[in-house]
Amino acid sequence: MNYIEDINKFIIENFLFGDENDLENDASLLENGIIDSTGVLELISFLEETYDITIEDDEMIPDNLDSMDNINNFLKKKLSD
Amino acid sequence: MNNNAETKKKFLNLNCEAETNNIKIEIRRIMSKQLRKRGVVVGLSGGIDSSVTVALSQKAMGKDRVMTLLMPELHSSVDTLDLSRMVANHFGVQIIYEDITQILEALGFYKRYNAAIQSIIPEYGKNWKSKIVTSNILESKGFTFFSVIAKPPEGNEIKKRLDLKAYLEVVAATNFKQRTRKLLEYYHADRLNYAVAGTPNRLEYDQGFFVKNGDGAADFKPIAHLYKSQVYQLAEYLGVPEKIIKRPPTTDTYSLSQDQDEFYFSLSYEKMDLCLYGKNNNIPAETIGSLTDLTIEQVQRVYKDIDQKRSTTKYLHLPPVLIEKVPEIDI
Repeated sequence: MNYIEDINKFIIENFLFGDENDLENDASLLENGIIDSTGVLELISFLEETYDITIEDDEMIPDNLDSMDNINNFLKKKLSD
Repeated sequence: MNNNAETKKKFLNLNCEAETNNIKIEIRRIMSKQLRKRGVVVGLSGGIDSSVTVALSQKAMGKDRVMTLLMPELHSSVDTLDLSRMVANHFGVQIIYEDITQILEALGFYKRYNAAIQSIIPEYGKNWKSKIVTSNILESKGFTFFSVIAKPPEGNEIKKRLDLKAYLEVVAATNFKQRTRKLLEYYHADRLNYAVAGTPNRLEYDQGFFVKNGDGAADFKPIAHLYKSQVYQLAEYLGVPEKIIKRPPTTDTYSLSQDQDEFYFSLSYEKMDLCLYGKNNNIPAETIGSLTDLTIEQVQRVYKDIDQKRSTTKYLHLPPVLIEKVPEIDI
């Protein structure tokens, strides 16, 4: 299962108000100014509600959440647990 | 004095006499040439920044042209009022007392705040106390997030992470306090034809530790260019009462006592000052690490967090953004 499409759709709709962008899947969402600290909370809410998961405090790290690839890999791992 | 102490002194040492004189001249110029106001209103919190602002305003304008406001509410710490009164009396300036509890009641602050906490801790109720704390950037390389710590009348504290909705609701409700105080500062400033002094130090100003249109609103900010350690040096020089100088920095915003470092900065102001100074002056993380007992990696994390906070809070500094410039209005 690949979640990139869902994540990309959420990012475009929620943070870019529907404007398409050419963001690479491995680009940092933080460094590219797509999300800030409140944006991270919005992303976490989206992931928890959409995939019915609980993201623990120690999982809130860039390795899991700072690019579409990282989120995709994190979700794959989380949903296979 | 050892090498580290000498280096720290070299970095943040202030010529208090020259600085006081400079600020005094500037305040007088700003008041007469830019703002055209006859005096200064300062909201007192019993902390070091507002006390130094009062002292500088008194030096610049004279004691009869400084009006201080004491604006406690239900959750204010008990010594805030005494310390604020002590400062105002010490510098001989006028005092107005405005308890804002009833205004906050009318705004629904206490109900809204409690409801937001109850969405995370359902048993939170009457006589409980609480505060908001940030995750510690020194201990983790994760994103910053906020948790609530709640304490029942009897029993142990409970700590839970705030989700997006609760976090935004708590911040929005709590901002009523700073905005209500500013409302009263401007009421008194308007009726007296005075200007409102903002009291942020450089750390707070740079890192966006203020509420837009709340404590961030002011006509001038006389100590926004000074690191917090320098504000302490000025306080000693200006003769601010020792009790104020010795009081640990607190937000005095939540019912449980809360230090600024657990709410926003993650480390003490002495260390945070050195990190900010180091970043601003391109000093290697290794040097700052040896002065602050932080590892190089921790200093780098703080440097990164400084950038992140600057970026996240940039909008707080912005005036209303126009679609097109209005060239006739030159600010």
